[in-house]
Amino acid sequence: MDRSTTVEPRDPMPEGYRRTLVRQIAQHAHSEIIGMQPEGEWISRAPSLRRKAILMAKVQDEAGHGLYLYAAAETLGTPRADLLEALHAGRQKYSSIFNYPTLTWADVGAIGWLVDGAAIVNQVPLCRCSYGPYARAMVRICKEESFHQRQGFEILHTLARGTAEQRAMAQDAVDRFWWPSLMMFGPPDADSPNTEQSMAWGIKRFTNDELRQRFVDIAVPQAEALGLTLPDPELRWDEDRGHWHFGTPDFAELAEVVAGRGPCNADRLAHRVRAHEDGAWVREAAAAHAAKRAAREPAA
Amino acid sequence: MSGGASGGGEWPLWEVFVRARRGMAHVHVGSLHAPDADLALRNARDVYTRRQEGVSLWVVPSAEVVASTPDVRGSFFEPAADKDYRHPTHYTVPDGVQHL
Ligand SMILES: [Fe+2]
Ligand SMILES: [Fe+2]
Repeated sequence: MDRSTTVEPRDPMPEGYRRTLVRQIAQHAHSEIIGMQPEGEWISRAPSLRRKAILMAKVQDEAGHGLYLYAAAETLGTPRADLLEALHAGRQKYSSIFNYPTLTWADVGAIGWLVDGAAIVNQVPLCRCSYGPYARAMVRICKEESFHQRQGFEILHTLARGTAEQRAMAQDAVDRFWWPSLMMFGPPDADSPNTEQSMAWGIKRFTNDELRQRFVDIAVPQAEALGLTLPDPELRWDEDRGHWHFGTPDFAELAEVVAGRGPCNADRLAHRVRAHEDGAWVREAAAAHAAKRAAREPAA
Repeated sequence: MSGGASGGGEWPLWEVFVRARRGMAHVHVGSLHAPDADLALRNARDVYTRRQEGVSLWVVPSAEVVASTPDVRGSFFEPAADKDYRHPTHYTVPDGVQHL
């Protein structure tokens, strides 16, 4: 494939390229809508009206991101209903990070700062992905993500300057979310057999380990600004490489969570299916209303 | 699961165009599913203009869009390929001549 031109929906494309894109975009879309859950749980418990309005806007954005991405996947010929069905049946995955619980308000801060932060590092190169509709969706998403990260950072910054208890809560959230955030970049390059092909197709621009390193390099000084520590005893500046050296994430844990045995996997999926079923009457009512109006129209 | 049967999959697809500011053309921004034009407009507002990205919205049923075929891209647009003289850069202008 020619790496300089963008592929558009009706262009001829290798079957493997199409399949890889559908899988990746669908997984990405699923992550956006499942990702609404851990933070959504805190909307009713946000500590102020301002924080509540911000959190609602962020969670609503994630729903929008899901929509952009499902629309991009559909341009490859896979109906959205099929993708949702595959998610609900467990045949398609979503990001492992959303299988961790949000135990305190500080977790909302840690998610914004670290999880959205890691997502941005992953997503920025995708704005130049070889498939047009995916790249364009990513441009919109990246524009919206930066407020997500900032509001999370602000939550932690506020807590870190609060009472000893608030400070401890912020530190505890960072301690719990740091390693799972590093796992968001996927298995190490040596165990990521699809990376090479995805890079040749221009779907991926950097390897998992390259992106993970980039994220650590960005996050370490930000943690310093927060006055919080990162839970990695190996963390030190590597003068020779010009990068922060960090410890190895527990990839066995990642494999467990991806396999469906994380702390919240069953809850997340059950909640998703329930929300979809509970919303069926709305979809049916809208369809019935449209049909009734369409039937009336010629007479009017 | 009532999932797929009553899901968005059966609703028609709409293409969404946004006019960012007065004086600018509507630009295609993406697509969405909706049962009718009214809901397509409302959904388009919620999905594509949450940050005041537009002052006007168009929604068009995707099925109504007539498109040129990518396979014949070459021959379809070929007639314009050898008419360089349609561009001002085709012409040489003597040194010193201005406003031309
Ligand atoms: Fe997002
Ligand atoms: Fe986000």
